[in-house]
Amino acid sequence: MNETSALVIFVAAVFTNNILLTYFLGMCSFLACSREFPTAIGLGAAVTFVMTATTVINYLVYHYLLVPADLGHLQLVVFITVIAAFVQLVEMVLERFSPRLYYALGIFLPLITVNCAILGVALFMVNFEYSFVQAVGFGAGAGVGWTLAIVLMAGLRRKMAYANIPAPFQGVAVTMITTGVMALAFSGFAGMVSIQ
Amino acid sequence: MGASAPNLAGGVPGPGGGRPILAFRAGVWNDNPIAVQILGICSALAVTTRLENALVMGAAVIFVVMMSSLLLSLLRKAIPRRIRMIAEVAIIATFVILVDQFLRAYYWDMSKRLGPYVGLIITNCIIMGRAEAFALHHRPGISLVDAAANGLGYTFILAVIGLVRELGGTGTIVFGERVLVTIPGYPMNLVLRGAPGAFIALGFLVALLAALGLRKTREAQG
Repeated sequence: MNETSALVIFVAAVFTNNILLTYFLGMCSFLACSREFPTAIGLGAAVTFVMTATTVINYLVYHYLLVPADLGHLQLVVFITVIAAFVQLVEMVLERFSPRLYYALGIFLPLITVNCAILGVALFMVNFEYSFVQAVGFGAGAGVGWTLAIVLMAGLRRKMAYANIPAPFQGVAVTMITTGVMALAFSGFAGMVSIQ
Repeated sequence: MGASAPNLAGGVPGPGGGRPILAFRAGVWNDNPIAVQILGICSALAVTTRLENALVMGAAVIFVVMMSSLLLSLLRKAIPRRIRMIAEVAIIATFVILVDQFLRAYYWDMSKRLGPYVGLIITNCIIMGRAEAFALHHRPGISLVDAAANGLGYTFILAVIGLVRELGGTGTIVFGERVLVTIPGYPMNLVLRGAPGAFIALGFLVALLAALGLRKTREAQG
């Protein structure tokens, strides 16, 4: 058990240990949904929400159900089931209260289930042996960090639409390289705060 | 998933439908899961700091994709369409847990180095993608070939990135305890070894393959 405060973990998860830019998680939806601002923000908000909530649920399930029963090896199946069920719930709520956002996110809402960032955060939380408060800080920070990255990318891609990019680089390649440059910029935060 | 997400939903049969050799070529080269379909990017970036890690991860993915494709193909008539996603996840998860437990038991150091990325094979879209796009519509034999080809295609790209990042980052290639290659006096290149290098290396690799004429039908996406 480490003693880092939850706030430090939150800041670290946003900047120095950004879930996308240092752990490479959630790349798929990042590449596909970073073309427009509103979609990026909507998806970012959805991911942040799902991530924070599922981290809480998964923490409780892991520490109060799986560990006492000595079923730690089932964590993968249990985590993914919790996430899938929760996403289904969010989808139903969104469809009811915000149809516009629901249609904007389209196919990508169910795909949050297989967004590796969300499962990844749950697994990292177990790996890092976080306490409950720390896990909440990490989950929320990772979500905010992911949102920050995708919103920044949407801004960059808007500018890129006017750039003269060589044919082979168009599409994914240039997005990937831009993400690399963004990761380089974020590595400037390194050492500010640190978690494992 | 990502760029070719519609593929997941539509269940379109993969290219090279009937003949093993065509299915094989499609998986490894023409329709390479990482470089052409842009699937499974996360692990491709995360575990490629070293060539050894990349190869172990590749082997793990080959095992999981082959076993789950085979099993899903055998069960394809028994699985009701509406619950197929859950069936797929359950089967994939089973094999991923097997690999995870195996690595923990016999290769503890490697298991620690790959960390949660072994567990994350569950959400690796290549496996789900092959199940949806191929195994559920084809016979077991050809599904196995398709899965193996896609696994090999994935491993091939991982190995290239791993090689570039390890050699370019540290000037050495290390397997276990043995140092295979050393460039004398090579300065440490933390950019290439770290996260930015992973993105940039994969970006250039995708562009290179595009320049070689792949990805022609998918220009509009991504």
